Amino acid sequence: MLAYLIRRLFAAAVMLVVIVMVVFSIFFLFPKWAGVDIALSFVGKQADPAAVEAVRQKLGLGDPIYAQVWEFFKGIFAGRTYSGGGDTIHCAAPCFGYSFRSEQAVWPVLTDRFPVTLSLALGAALLWLVFGVAAGVLSALKRGSLWDRGAMVVALAGVSLPIYFTGMLSLAIFAFGLHWIDAQYVPLEESFSGWFGAMILPWITLAFLYAAMYARITRATMLEILGEDYIRTARAKGLKETTVIGKHAMRSTMTPILTMLGMDLGALIGGAILTESTFNLPGLGRAVLDAIRNQDLPIIVGVTLITSLAVLVANLVVDILYAVIDPRVRLT
Amino acid sequence: MTAPLHEPTAEAAPSAAEEAAVAAGDAKAVQGRSLGRIAWERLKRDKLALTGGIVVLLLVVVALLAPVITSLLGQDPNEYHENLIDPLFGTPTGSLGGLSGDHLLGVEPVNGRDIFARILYGARISLLVGFLSAVVAVILGTVLGILAGFFGGWIDSLISRVMDGLLAFPQLLFIIALVSVMPNEMLGLTGSSVRVFVMILVIGFFGWPYIGRVVRGQTLSLREREYVEAARSLGAGRVYILFKELLPNLVAPIVVYTTMMIPTNILTEAALSFLGVGVKPPTASWGQMLSSAIDYYESDPMYMVVPGVAIFITVLAFNLFGDGVRDALDPKASR
Repeated sequence: MLAYLIRRLFAAAVMLVVIVMVVFSIFFLFPKWAGVDIALSFVGKQADPAAVEAVRQKLGLGDPIYAQVWEFFKGIFAGRTYSGGGDTIHCAAPCFGYSFRSEQAVWPVLTDRFPVTLSLALGAALLWLVFGVAAGVLSALKRGSLWDRGAMVVALAGVSLPIYFTGMLSLAIFAFGLHWIDAQYVPLEESFSGWFGAMILPWITLAFLYAAMYARITRATMLEILGEDYIRTARAKGLKETTVIGKHAMRSTMTPILTMLGMDLGALIGGAILTESTFNLPGLGRAVLDAIRNQDLPIIVGVTLITSLAVLVANLVVDILYAVIDPRVRLT
Repeated sequence: MTAPLHEPTAEAAPSAAEEAAVAAGDAKAVQGRSLGRIAWERLKRDKLALTGGIVVLLLVVVALLAPVITSLLGQDPNEYHENLIDPLFGTPTGSLGGLSGDHLLGVEPVNGRDIFARILYGARISLLVGFLSAVVAVILGTVLGILAGFFGGWIDSLISRVMDGLLAFPQLLFIIALVSVMPNEMLGLTGSSVRVFVMILVIGFFGWPYIGRVVRGQTLSLREREYVEAARSLGAGRVYILFKELLPNLVAPIVVYTTMMIPTNILTEAALSFLGVGVKPPTASWGQMLSSAIDYYESDPMYMVVPGVAIFITVLAFNLFGDGVRDALDPKASR
């Protein structure tokens, strides 16, 4: 187990470095190649050349590429110092630079916003795993029944609806039509019920799409597994049906579900961005959208990196869970 | 039947079906049918899939004819009808978002543009991006998937790692990031066409691993088959084996994954336009209509419902059709 963990951690570290390189290329090399000047987007369109030059020097945009990459890495892991234009600023690790617009450090913005996105993602994941898998298993067990057909129609509708449309519909119906809940976001520290009330619709909206996908996959996997020989054996040796389904069939059904979960975590971030923008939640997604409107590059870079890191960590957790659930996965 | 997914080609030895036909002395009853033929016959029996397919066809026709249809109706997607707007609230006068004989789906709040015309023009963007980004993904995915599966070794490791990485990344975020750092003019394109071009490339780029993984897996198992070995022992070169032996057998899974990818791509395009990094106004796009509708979901719900339902119907039709195609091409299903 320890050796497996160490190997996975090492792989994750390599992946982290690759991600930082990719992000750096997207944001600093790509614009250069495409002829977009980052310094110009910092000072704005009607800037005088001297100000642009000062920014370029401060951000080290004129340096050779390897030096820029190094500074970028160093900033994240050890902190970096910006100098030029007459003043020097030290940015402590983890340094993601300063917002082009508010001139605040990016890192505190990220740590402020992260809990909102995390609570949105975790709550939704819990909902969709429970309801999606349950619906899929029930459908498979009662194949062809009214429940099965009904659930699969809802699931098909679910995967075909854009999140923001279901979000807007649910807001229009439950918040403004029926006045059941208040759509205004309240931080958890202020009031639990207020926070819960504000999060419940986003959770359901985000979970609905994935619950639909997971119900479809669970149903297909379960049907396939119920036809396997070992299920027949389990039944033949007189095991109770609940044991056959609950222990023997469920265990194999969960493996592809977990694989999917690991792959969907990245997509979940995308779903969170859309949900936050629909429900006006102050999370990372919202931060990125505002940053795009203001051409605030460092915020976009920061969010991209931090979410990639979150996905990396979550994948690690999924991998370990995988080994726990499926005994065929050897931890060597 | 566990034979390759298509009717065995002439090079791949005489088919079992043909031999059986000769043996039975009744060539007609057991005649070898091509994969397309078998799939089409199954698809014809699948009412839901057929409905989906017809809706998809209709959408394509409507999108192609959008300028003709709107001019026949005497509408223009960018023409303002401010006389139909309540000056106090900015919402359309009349019921159901200004629905009338002239404006079949009502008009937009504030400027009174015809929603039906904008929906038709929006369909062009959705389908264009949906199809072409799938084409990009299929080309990249097929080439790289075959390379990985066929050559193995470090090529396979490298391509597989890249695919895993791309699949695990927060794709939408990277797409947003990439689209937002793209210049506003490139290769002689300006305005919305740049955005459309960029979206096609970027969505396609993040879609190829889905195809690539499947193609790699298929190639890995196919290259060990007897008929490939037979071809090799007859002195066939790599290129011949790749194109004549492997590629025809990969068509079925590629078709299935492509039909399933198009609706996802349409949703991604709508999401990007919704978030404001897709096509630029005044070009009509469903996602962008929804994003302006967000301010009116109390006062003018029609404005939100129409593009939402348009996306829903389109994606649902593609999904139904895709499910049908998958079932029809599934070699495990009974014939």
